[in-house]
Amino acid sequence: MDFSVIANNFSFLISQGLLGFGKFTGGTLRLAIPAIILGFILGIFIGLGRLARSGWVRVPATAYVEFFRGVPLVMVIFWFWFVIPVLLGVPLPEYTVALAAFVVFEAAYLGEIIRAGIQSVPRGQVEAATATGLTSVQTMRHIILPQALKNMIPALVTQFIVLFKDTSLASIIGYVDLTKAAQIVNNREIRPFELYLFIAMVYWLCTYGMSRYARYLERRLSHA
Amino acid sequence: MQNAIDHIVCGAAICKFYTDETLFTVIEFQHVNKWYGSLHVLRDIQLKIERGEVVVVCGPSGSGKSTLIRCINRLEPIQSGEILVDGRQLSDPRLDLRALRTEIGFVFQQFNLYPHMTALHNITLAPMKVKGLARAEAEKFALALLERVGMQDKAGAYPANLSGGQQQRVAIARALAMQPKIMLFDEPTSALDPEMINEVLEVMTNLAKEGMTMAVVTHEMGFARQVAHRVIFMDEGQLIEQESPETFFKAPKSPRTKLFLSKILSH
Repeated sequence: MDFSVIANNFSFLISQGLLGFGKFTGGTLRLAIPAIILGFILGIFIGLGRLARSGWVRVPATAYVEFFRGVPLVMVIFWFWFVIPVLLGVPLPEYTVALAAFVVFEAAYLGEIIRAGIQSVPRGQVEAATATGLTSVQTMRHIILPQALKNMIPALVTQFIVLFKDTSLASIIGYVDLTKAAQIVNNREIRPFELYLFIAMVYWLCTYGMSRYARYLERRLSHA
Repeated sequence: MQNAIDHIVCGAAICKFYTDETLFTVIEFQHVNKWYGSLHVLRDIQLKIERGEVVVVCGPSGSGKSTLIRCINRLEPIQSGEILVDGRQLSDPRLDLRALRTEIGFVFQQFNLYPHMTALHNITLAPMKVKGLARAEAEKFALALLERVGMQDKAGAYPANLSGGQQQRVAIARALAMQPKIMLFDEPTSALDPEMINEVLEVMTNLAKEGMTMAVVTHEMGFARQVAHRVIFMDEGQLIEQESPETFFKAPKSPRTKLFLSKILSH
């Protein structure tokens, strides 16, 4: 085993593969962080839509979840890569395709987590807020969402970790993320054991950091 | 001192004026019916509650008494009939329901305090968000309310760290924070351990003495006897009997009331 391959290619693996600075379009974090944020925002709308009283909102939101949960992520990436550019008449850059595919796909899962979290808040909380004259938007903002978010943390973080690791699928359209960067180096150096062990460690450190932060957040938000 | 006496005399005169000349109905049920699916939970309810009156509603479980008071601020919709609050029809599509709800304090069996907020913040939320009070002003008023329910030391405590009785007193303060004209209590002591019931009833008794209009669903017959102006008995969605406490407990008319009282007062 010769770990000098890591040292020699460290800056390529980390700055190109993990962070996304380099001559190729890429970066695991550069894709994962905006995908998590935008996916979560879209997920809130999907989750609220699933709970809407009006069928005009509820049915499309439900259809969205059922559809995107039922197809493989790779296929969604391929659609954005091959199909959407044909429909639009312009080619889309790798980054746009990868980000759009992840946001759209993950929002279906996150929407379900958010719906379940909102439904986990006891009905009496809404009644208490309603009885004091709060509007439904104020009730959602001040009473339901803060409690729901706390209940959702474990499931949300699991989903964020899944998303983070799934970003390696973006390499199929030539996006140079951490996995692809290791592959590029390996093609030249033929050191698969060292390289894949190293990137496994990087993935693990990132996800472990996420789960530690989640545990801290959960503890900070609990008043029991 | 003389001023104080003047005030009391004047207060009595106003009180007399109200009670003798202009009895003012604040809540009125007109032929109200409600169903849950095929279950007829309120049957042709007719009821008037006057300003300053304390009405206790009792009856066996499932008799519709909780539903009755939950209809007053439209936590539950009704299917037929009409409810008037302060002369306003609840069915009126132009009614500002939210404004009306701020005039009606509601206290729940399960307290329903917001678990992610301190006692103080539970109380200040609605005055700040609904009435637009500044934080400092809202907190000052909230602290005064906490003192009124004997909870001034617990302003910074979260509900999970309070006993049931303490939580319910905070919940009463929260309801009072909107300065309601009417207070509704839905079995406020039913979820409490026996030793905590009195601290809550004491707060309610003081509120009644101050002249608050109150409708209280409860099984606390001691409270009904001492504080209520009128006791209502409900069974199977019907309003069976409404009497002064003296008559209600000594000489109930309906056999169903007699049966109910014999069950709850025998031991």
